[in-house]
Amino acid sequence: MNYTRRDALVIGAGAAVAVAMPFRAFAERHADAISAFTGGADVAQTGVELTAPEIAENGNTVPISVAADGASEIIIFAVGNPVPEVIKFTFGPRSGASSAATRCRLAGTQDLIAVAKMADGSFAQATVNVKVTIGGCGG
Amino acid sequence: MAENVKPRVRVPRSAAAGEAFEIKSLISHIMESGRRKDSDGNTIPRSIINTFTCDFNGENVITAELHGAISTNPYFQFEATIEEAGTFTFTWLDDDGSVYTDSKDIALA
Repeated sequence: MNYTRRDALVIGAGAAVAVAMPFRAFAERHADAISAFTGGADVAQTGVELTAPEIAENGNTVPISVAADGASEIIIFAVGNPVPEVIKFTFGPRSGASSAATRCRLAGTQDLIAVAKMADGSFAQATVNVKVTIGGCGG
Repeated sequence: MAENVKPRVRVPRSAAAGEAFEIKSLISHIMESGRRKDSDGNTIPRSIINTFTCDFNGENVITAELHGAISTNPYFQFEATIEEAGTFTFTWLDDDGSVYTDSKDIALA
């Protein structure tokens, strides 16, 4: 079978779109969730400290901790999980510091994003990449 | 109802007024994410603890909204401050409607 140059271009473009589409849908879900939390406000890139291991051997229990001075709420997303939301912390009047630690499941190597809502209504976020050896979704 | 759910918390016996100190909590729970399948290919329904709260004398310390991505036996570590002696109460809400509670007294140092 002979392909002309034009055929090859059309097929190539179609394949590129087909590959890109599910990926885009995946990326948009956490972006939607973040903008639902921030209400579309500007998000600063400093002021939040998100700690996670660089390499997690077991995706079933990945220790993570987050701290943001003056934050009233912190929400954590795992960009590559089937459900991007991980946890939302709300700090009350008896809280000693706007920091918390827990353990989460990660489906594979991906970015973790923490978005903090400050007491003055502004937002800040931090991103950490975690390499996962064995995914933790049991799928 | 999830079985053998046992809450455990660690709170210092006493703390100085206005000084932040650490609280750790752990509860044994399977945290079934709702994404796993059994050997017949049927999805195992989600069964997780969806909310955790810690209060001190009726005032909130921290509230956490949990999703399926939280590991089996959810663990939390956070900080609190007190101005007077009192009681910390911890509450975990299960998807199936169960409520697990624990409490710890603390004195002023």
